[in-house]
Amino acid sequence: MCGNEALAEAAIIAGCDAYFGYPITPQNEVTAYMSKRMAEEGRVFIQSESELAAINMVFGASATGKRSMTSSSSPGISLMQEGISYLAGAELPSVIVNVMRGGPGLGNIAPSQGDYFQSTKGGGHGDYKIIVFGPSTVQELVDTMPLAFDLADKYRIPVMILADGILGQMMEPVVFEKKPLPKLPPKDWALTGAEGREQNIVRSLWLAEGAVEQHNYDLQAKYREIEKTQVRCEQYKTDDADIVLVAYGIAARIVRSAVDRAREQGINVGWFRPITLWPFPCDQISKLADELRIFLTIELSCGQMLEDVKLAVAGKAPVLFYGRPGGGVPTVEQVLDKIQQLTVKAKA
Amino acid sequence: MQTVFKRTPTLKDVPTHYCPGCGHGIAHRLIAETIDELGIAGRTIGIAPVGCAVLAYDYLDVDMVEVAHGRPPAVATGMKRTNPDKIVFSYQGDGDLAAIGTAEIIHAAHRAEQITVIFINNAVFGMTGGQMAPTTMLGQVTATTQKGRQADAEGYPLQVCELLAVLPGATYIERCALSNPTQIRKAKKAVKHAFELQVQGEKGLSFVELLSSCPTYWRMTPANAMLWIQNEMTKVFPLGRFRG
Amino acid sequence: MAGKIKIDAERCKGCGLCVPVCPQNVITISEKSNSKGYFPAKPSNPGCTGCCLCATVCPEVMIEVYRDGNVVAVEPPAGGKKSLIRDTS
Repeated sequence: MCGNEALAEAAIIAGCDAYFGYPITPQNEVTAYMSKRMAEEGRVFIQSESELAAINMVFGASATGKRSMTSSSSPGISLMQEGISYLAGAELPSVIVNVMRGGPGLGNIAPSQGDYFQSTKGGGHGDYKIIVFGPSTVQELVDTMPLAFDLADKYRIPVMILADGILGQMMEPVVFEKKPLPKLPPKDWALTGAEGREQNIVRSLWLAEGAVEQHNYDLQAKYREIEKTQVRCEQYKTDDADIVLVAYGIAARIVRSAVDRAREQGINVGWFRPITLWPFPCDQISKLADELRIFLTIELSCGQMLEDVKLAVAGKAPVLFYGRPGGGVPTVEQVLDKIQQLTVKAKA
Repeated sequence: MQTVFKRTPTLKDVPTHYCPGCGHGIAHRLIAETIDELGIAGRTIGIAPVGCAVLAYDYLDVDMVEVAHGRPPAVATGMKRTNPDKIVFSYQGDGDLAAIGTAEIIHAAHRAEQITVIFINNAVFGMTGGQMAPTTMLGQVTATTQKGRQADAEGYPLQVCELLAVLPGATYIERCALSNPTQIRKAKKAVKHAFELQVQGEKGLSFVELLSSCPTYWRMTPANAMLWIQNEMTKVFPLGRFRG
Repeated sequence: MAGKIKIDAERCKGCGLCVPVCPQNVITISEKSNSKGYFPAKPSNPGCTGCCLCATVCPEVMIEVYRDGNVVAVEPPAGGKKSLIRDTS
């Protein structure tokens, strides 16, 4: 199944009540698939007039306690940033899929990872965070969907899934598993009609003195809690590695092959793969950096996650970068070549 | 002695922040009375705009949400489609609906969304200090048309009812004025009709535009502002039913 | 047919919309300002028929209207248009 359709089916199985989207390559399969399947399931599908309207429809559905999502690609996600800031401010659970493409501007429709900053550092206004996943296989994309909906409901926070043109378009065997819904807090804040109770107000505006400041502190407390408990990452042969390659998503698959080839050539190299891009696995990287290693970050961009790796390493070890932006996809050979250069330099 | 006029329960008994003589207060009353007369307070969800009426949730005692500027029709769509049994209405000013939110209102009508929109047209941006709105009249002085709005520079007042009237998805469109007791009563009938359509499950958008006074930024006394609506605004924004 | 209105002086913002609309000129603006500095309207002259025109235009919805007897429709004085008053008893 292709990644775009697989993530859509996974969302349906996870109980997504409403999907709002707008056509943009390379994620059109999600919209098309949802238009067919959501109707079959008797749920809501709307192709909106713009991504800007789509994210606000998500806002509306989520405000009434429904599970809702949207998907788009880089330029469309830029249009959604205002809405995402409102979702974060009003603490509304929601799932947003970004099948990234080459940028900036109209860019191209090739795969890219150029939206890392926008997603993890807050593309909208105000101090807020959203949970961001960087799956690297179609199966992992499928497994992330229910998790995204659950975490969104659990923490009342938008959750973004960063895929890319390759992951969205490629086909891989997948297994769908209907996991039981975990125990989630009741949505007594939702707008369901104030029958027999006080009115509920979903808002992100408080004009009273210091009110929004306090709201920010409450949000930050939630984010610290998420940073403590929801970090996910994966490592491979890093214990005896002199060089550790750090990569997420599709880049991590390229790195996996390059590391295997390098190991065959007797080079002590391993890889580290963040799965949650926020909360970022800082502690785990920092621990690796304690025993001096060289870090080589590989991205389909000019180096964005690079900065988080540097922050985590905090100068304890060199952090180098190799990446190809604007739709460029590093090849295994190019990555292997970089590893070999580092090995020669280390020996000299 | 028998009470013949009293504040309706859904209109919270609290002072409002609106300026003396502002039309918002009247519009809130018409909506609150309609909700109570139709007995739907328990299943109504209202959307407050960004503008003077952003605090509408402090005055209307139903489930309310406050959303990004201009986006209420999209939010209302998301709500109504996932909760067809709820009565969803959006309350928007001329900046919210006719400026930044034009795409949203047109497409809500275009998709025949089953929502009710109450559009307050007071020909000016109130909350931000009296700037020109798309519905500002020609020659009208505002903070951003200090020599009066000129057609060649700022274009013409936007007639939203007429704009939406060509869309088959708009089931009911009417423009009324909050300018004197007779017009206000007509406005009440229109607002009630709009809500009734949604309660009866009528497909499509029900839309009521209310010409409303803004004494502060029209630089008029409240009484003169009411006259200005009746005598001047209705020339550019003719009252009446455009659809349904 | 006697009517009566009640205006909460503290909550009235003195916009004065009710004053000209009253067919009986019952309402005037008081000289004493309320705690917010507004000069509220107040029923000062006799002759109120409980026709609700003042309450209809009041943006603060601060006017309550009472009337004798259980009359549903009332002929407004001085040949005005026949106006239907809601009987909210």
